[in-house]
Amino acid sequence: MDKFTFLRTTGVPLAVEDIDTDQIIPARFLKATTREGFGDNLFRDWRFNSDNTLKQDFVLNNSKYSGKVLVAGRNFGCGSSREHAAWAIHDYGFKVVISSFFADIFKNNALNNGLLPLIVEEDVLQQILQQIQSQPETELIVDLEKQVLEVPSIGINVSFDINPYKKTCLINGYDDIDYLLSLKEEISQFEIKRATL
Amino acid sequence: MGRTLFDKVWDSHVVQSIPDGPQVVYIDKHFIHEVTTPQAFDGLRKRGISVFRTENTVATVDHNIPTKDQHLPIKEALSRHQVETLIKNCKEFGIELYGLGHPSQGIVHVIGPQLGITQPGMTIVCGDSHTSTHGAFGAVAFGIGTSEVEQVLATQCILQTKPKKMRINVEGELGKGVVSKDIILYIISKISASGGTGYFVEFAGSAIRNLSMEARMSICNMSIEMGARGGMIAPDQTTYEYIKGRDFAPKGEDFDKAVAYWTSLCTDDDAVFDLEYTYDAADISPMVTYGTNPGMGIKIDDFIPNKDDAGLEKSLSYMNFHKGESLIGKPIDYVFLGSCTNSRIEDLRLFANLIKGKKKAENVTVWVVPGSKQVEDIARKEGIDKILEEAGIELRQSGCSACLGMNEDKIPAGKYCVSTSNRNFEGRQGPGARTILASPLTAAAAAITGKITDVRDFL
Repeated sequence: MDKFTFLRTTGVPLAVEDIDTDQIIPARFLKATTREGFGDNLFRDWRFNSDNTLKQDFVLNNSKYSGKVLVAGRNFGCGSSREHAAWAIHDYGFKVVISSFFADIFKNNALNNGLLPLIVEEDVLQQILQQIQSQPETELIVDLEKQVLEVPSIGINVSFDINPYKKTCLINGYDDIDYLLSLKEEISQFEIKRATL
Repeated sequence: MGRTLFDKVWDSHVVQSIPDGPQVVYIDKHFIHEVTTPQAFDGLRKRGISVFRTENTVATVDHNIPTKDQHLPIKEALSRHQVETLIKNCKEFGIELYGLGHPSQGIVHVIGPQLGITQPGMTIVCGDSHTSTHGAFGAVAFGIGTSEVEQVLATQCILQTKPKKMRINVEGELGKGVVSKDIILYIISKISASGGTGYFVEFAGSAIRNLSMEARMSICNMSIEMGARGGMIAPDQTTYEYIKGRDFAPKGEDFDKAVAYWTSLCTDDDAVFDLEYTYDAADISPMVTYGTNPGMGIKIDDFIPNKDDAGLEKSLSYMNFHKGESLIGKPIDYVFLGSCTNSRIEDLRLFANLIKGKKKAENVTVWVVPGSKQVEDIARKEGIDKILEEAGIELRQSGCSACLGMNEDKIPAGKYCVSTSNRNFEGRQGPGARTILASPLTAAAAAITGKITDVRDFL
C-alpha cells in the first residue's frame, strides 16, 4: 500500500450528498480482473455523456479545479461494497477525500488502499466547499502525523480523528493482511478452542 | 449488564483486540463471486500463499451472467473472462464452486440459506454489501471489500472495529397488501439512507417474529440501504424449521445440540442499545420510492415531499417526477422481479398469485428472475412458469440480472422500472434508468396495469 503522511495541494469541490459507489464507478466497469485503470471511469456517468464526450459542467472536467483532494457532501461512498470505488478515486490521483460523513465499508476500503477519508464537521465542510468554488487555487494542507487539516486562506485549522492502528498503517504503508498473517498460530489456537465449546 | 444478540455472536469470534485499534474477527463462512475476487486471488499469488481454510469458502457466479441461454458461452468478452477467472481461481486454490449449470448455482445470498450453510451464531462475510441478508438467521453477516476478501482467504479473519448497536422494533399486525419489503422500505424512509451508518441493527417485535424466513431475509438484506453494517433477527422455531434437513444443516443429534446453542442467541432483557426505534406495523402501507436513494420512499397513496432541498431536486430531475405529486397512475416501462432482496420462491409465489388469470399490460416488459437454479426448479414444478406464460411473462434463469446494470439485463435510459431490487441509485439498473423500488405484490400490480398501482385495489 502507498504511504501517506503529508500533503499540500488544491482540491476539487463536489457538493453533492449521498454519493453512492454506483456513481463513483458504475457496475458495468467492474469487469476487470486487476486493480489498475479504474480511474478512467471514475464518476463515469457524471463525467461523460452517453456518446463519450465530456460533460463540461462536471467539476472533474472543469480545468480551474485540480489537486489531490476531493471534497464531497455528507454520506460519501454509500451503497455497494465494491472496493473498485476506492481504487478508482486513488487511480484518478486523489489521495484524500474530505467529507462530513462516510459510509462504513467505503471508509474501510479507502484506508486499505492508502486513500485517507478525512472527516470534518458539516460547517467546516461547507466553508471549504464554498472557498474552493470561489477560489480554486485555495491551498489545503493535510498532516496525518499531527492529524490536522489546514486551509490557511480562511483560517481553518482543525484536527481530525483516525484510528491509531490505521494511522500507523497509512504512515508506513502496512497492509492489514501482513498483520493477520503474523497471527496464524493464534488463529489456529482460536479454532481449536471454539471447536471444543 | 446483559448482552445483545449481536454482542453474543460478535464477541465469541474475537481472536484478539488490538489496543487502540480494531479487533481480529474470526469468520465462519465466506461466500465469493466473480466480481470482487480476482484481485484477491492475485494478491495471494503475489505473496505465494494458499487459502487457509478452503472448506469455509463457497463460490458461485451471479453478478455478471446472462439470465437466458445459460448453456451457451457468455457473449460479452469481459464478463466471460471474469467468470472464467473465478473458475480457474477456485480450481487452483481448492474452493467449491457452484458455477453455471450446477444445481446449486444462484445469487450468493440466496444459495447460502437455501443450502443450509447459513446458520445462527455464525460470522459470515462476502465481497457484497447485501451479505447482511444472512443476518435473518441470527448470524453476524456483512459486506467487505476485496482487500478483506484476500484477508479472509489467507487467514479466515479480518480486522474490524465493533459497530454500535441499534434495535428496530416493529409491533402489531401488518395491513392488507403489506409485506416484508414494505416494512424495510418504510423503516429506511423514516431513518434515511445514512441513519444506520456505524450501527449493527437487530430487528425485533411481533411483526418481525411473525414473518417467514424468506420475508426476514428481505428485511436484513436492505439493512445496508440505511447505512447499517448489517441487520439480524434472533433465531426461533421458524429459523430451526427452515434449516432442518437442508444439505449443510447439522443432522440428528448434532441438530438438537445446535438448536440448544441457537436458543441462547437472543438479546438479554437488561441489554442496552445505543439507539432504538419502535414502529407500529399498522402504520405501514405498500411502499414505493420516488427518488435516487432507498431512503426516498413514500406510502403508495402519499405524495412526494414538497420541500426545498438540493438533493431532492437533483433526484426528482433525474426521475422526472415533481414535488407534491402522487406516483399512482404514472406509466412505467419495465417490471423486474428478482435480486437478492426478492427472488426466492415465496416472492415468485406472491407475484404469480396476483398475476394468475390476468395479462401483463402491453406497454410493459416484465422480467421474472429466480434467485437460484433451485428456485427456478421449484417454480417450474409448481407451475409458476405456466401462470407467467399465460400472462405473457417469461420465467428467466437465475442471476443478479437487472438489479445492477452489469450483465445483459439493463433498463434503457429514461425508462421507468418498478423493481423488487434494493437500490434506486442513478444508473443502477443501466445508464439513465429510472428505478422505483417496491414489493413483489406492488410489482405484480404494476405489471398488470402498466402503471404504478396500489396493489390493494386487487385484493
